[in-house]
Amino acid sequence: MGTLEIKLSKSFEKDKSKTTVALEDVELTVKDGDFLCIIGPSGCGKTTLLRLVAGLDEPTSGNIALDGKRIMGPDSRKGMVFQEYSLFPWRTVIRNVSFGLEMQGKEKEESNEIARRYLKLVGLEQFETSYPHELSGGMRQRVAIARALANNPEILLMDEPFGSLDAQTRNALQIELLDIWKKEHLTILFVTHSVDEAVFLADKIAVMSRRPGKIKEVVEVELERPRDRTSPEANRIRTNILKKLEKERKGD
Amino acid sequence: MIKRTINFFKNRNIEIASLIGLIVIWQLVADYVVQRTLFLPSFTEVISALVRIIETGVLFTDIQTSLLHFGIGIGSALIVGIPIGVIMGWFTLGNRIFDPIVEILRPIPPLAWIPFALIWLGLTHTAAGFVVFVGAVFPIVINTYTGFKSTSRIYVEAAKVLGCVRDRDLISKVAFPSSMPSITAGIRIGMGVGWMCLVAAELFGVSRFGLGYKIWFHYSLHQMDFVLTYMLILGIIGLLIDKGFRFVVDTYLLKWRKGVVV
Repeated sequence: MGTLEIKLSKSFEKDKSKTTVALEDVELTVKDGDFLCIIGPSGCGKTTLLRLVAGLDEPTSGNIALDGKRIMGPDSRKGMVFQEYSLFPWRTVIRNVSFGLEMQGKEKEESNEIARRYLKLVGLEQFETSYPHELSGGMRQRVAIARALANNPEILLMDEPFGSLDAQTRNALQIELLDIWKKEHLTILFVTHSVDEAVFLADKIAVMSRRPGKIKEVVEVELERPRDRTSPEANRIRTNILKKLEKERKGD
Repeated sequence: MIKRTINFFKNRNIEIASLIGLIVIWQLVADYVVQRTLFLPSFTEVISALVRIIETGVLFTDIQTSLLHFGIGIGSALIVGIPIGVIMGWFTLGNRIFDPIVEILRPIPPLAWIPFALIWLGLTHTAAGFVVFVGAVFPIVINTYTGFKSTSRIYVEAAKVLGCVRDRDLISKVAFPSSMPSITAGIRIGMGVGWMCLVAAELFGVSRFGLGYKIWFHYSLHQMDFVLTYMLILGIIGLLIDKGFRFVVDTYLLKWRKGVVV
């Protein structure tokens, strides 16, 4: 299960006199099993929205419900993969993946077993005793995905997880992520600034306006999977979304 | 083993030549220029003094005593310093409570505490340990604090979304290991300062043994060859403690940083 209902506003107080409205009346529903990408001009509050869902920030008004239960703070129901490398450098790969399980109080044997399963899922089972600094960027993000999934979250939040990778690694990881999504029946909320990435990955693309961020439109991507990045239909959707974004950038 | 030893000498030939050169010059200057043991005991006189204190076994009692003082001081500096650094680094309120106290006490030279050490604790090993403690505790507090302060937000948030939300868990599972490089650097500095305070701490006769005490004891007898011998031993043991600590840290505590260029 993993149905997410968002209805909120968020503003930040810089000092007493000045508040910035980051998100205004954002309404969005992510259905169980959906792969939803959020796209928008930079500074529109995409990351803020994801952090609110993760429970790392609190909305100023409104609320977020995951399977009908209100999100009150970070917990293991939401898994998150960050744009920056977030693996704990002092832990080996397997101990990174088993971190969440350890926190749940699972036995070492059991958590290692689960961790190994997810490492295998991302194809890194032979690196379990390596330290993060020994891995390449793409491998680190794979481990980060395994670590988020090992907790068996109801929704996986991804904040431009492939943003700092080179183009080829990025493509490879997108394909792997889709495989995992299908295999594990995940619900994924994915923030990106790349239209290509969104069109390749998502069932639905939520286009956000510039600050204060709102959901402008949710575009359904009805392309067959596996998708062809260069097909005319994909191009058509890309052009359509790029136009909307361009309009946002200029401000209509 | 033999091969490794040979290799060691091969790779360190210049360092070894430098030390031998120093010893030769020292011996020549002492024998032919200064010509007075009181002003500069020669290398051979130091060696024979060393043989004397090894033969009588007194050196080992001295080392033991000094290590006891040092151990008391460093041990209590760790027990007190790390928790204070953690509280200051993690809790804003903790920082506001401890910061003024630490900042006022820190500039007081550790040796200025000797009178109170003697009044409070008498002529005991603990009094000497206390002076070492004062020297060692501040670098440990400051570095633990700095390490905690510079804990990357991304690690804390990553831990939180993995279900690690209690302060206790975040401190022990995230902030502490991520601060380890800074904390161990603080301990190293603290041990260095503590070792320097040792001589002064033993000056006042808390015990009839101890490397620092013996320096003053032999000085009062004008046996400068023994004074110099104990000085060199202080230097060498200080070096060994530092090397040993670095080895332990690199092999066990900071294994994860091997190969990381900082």
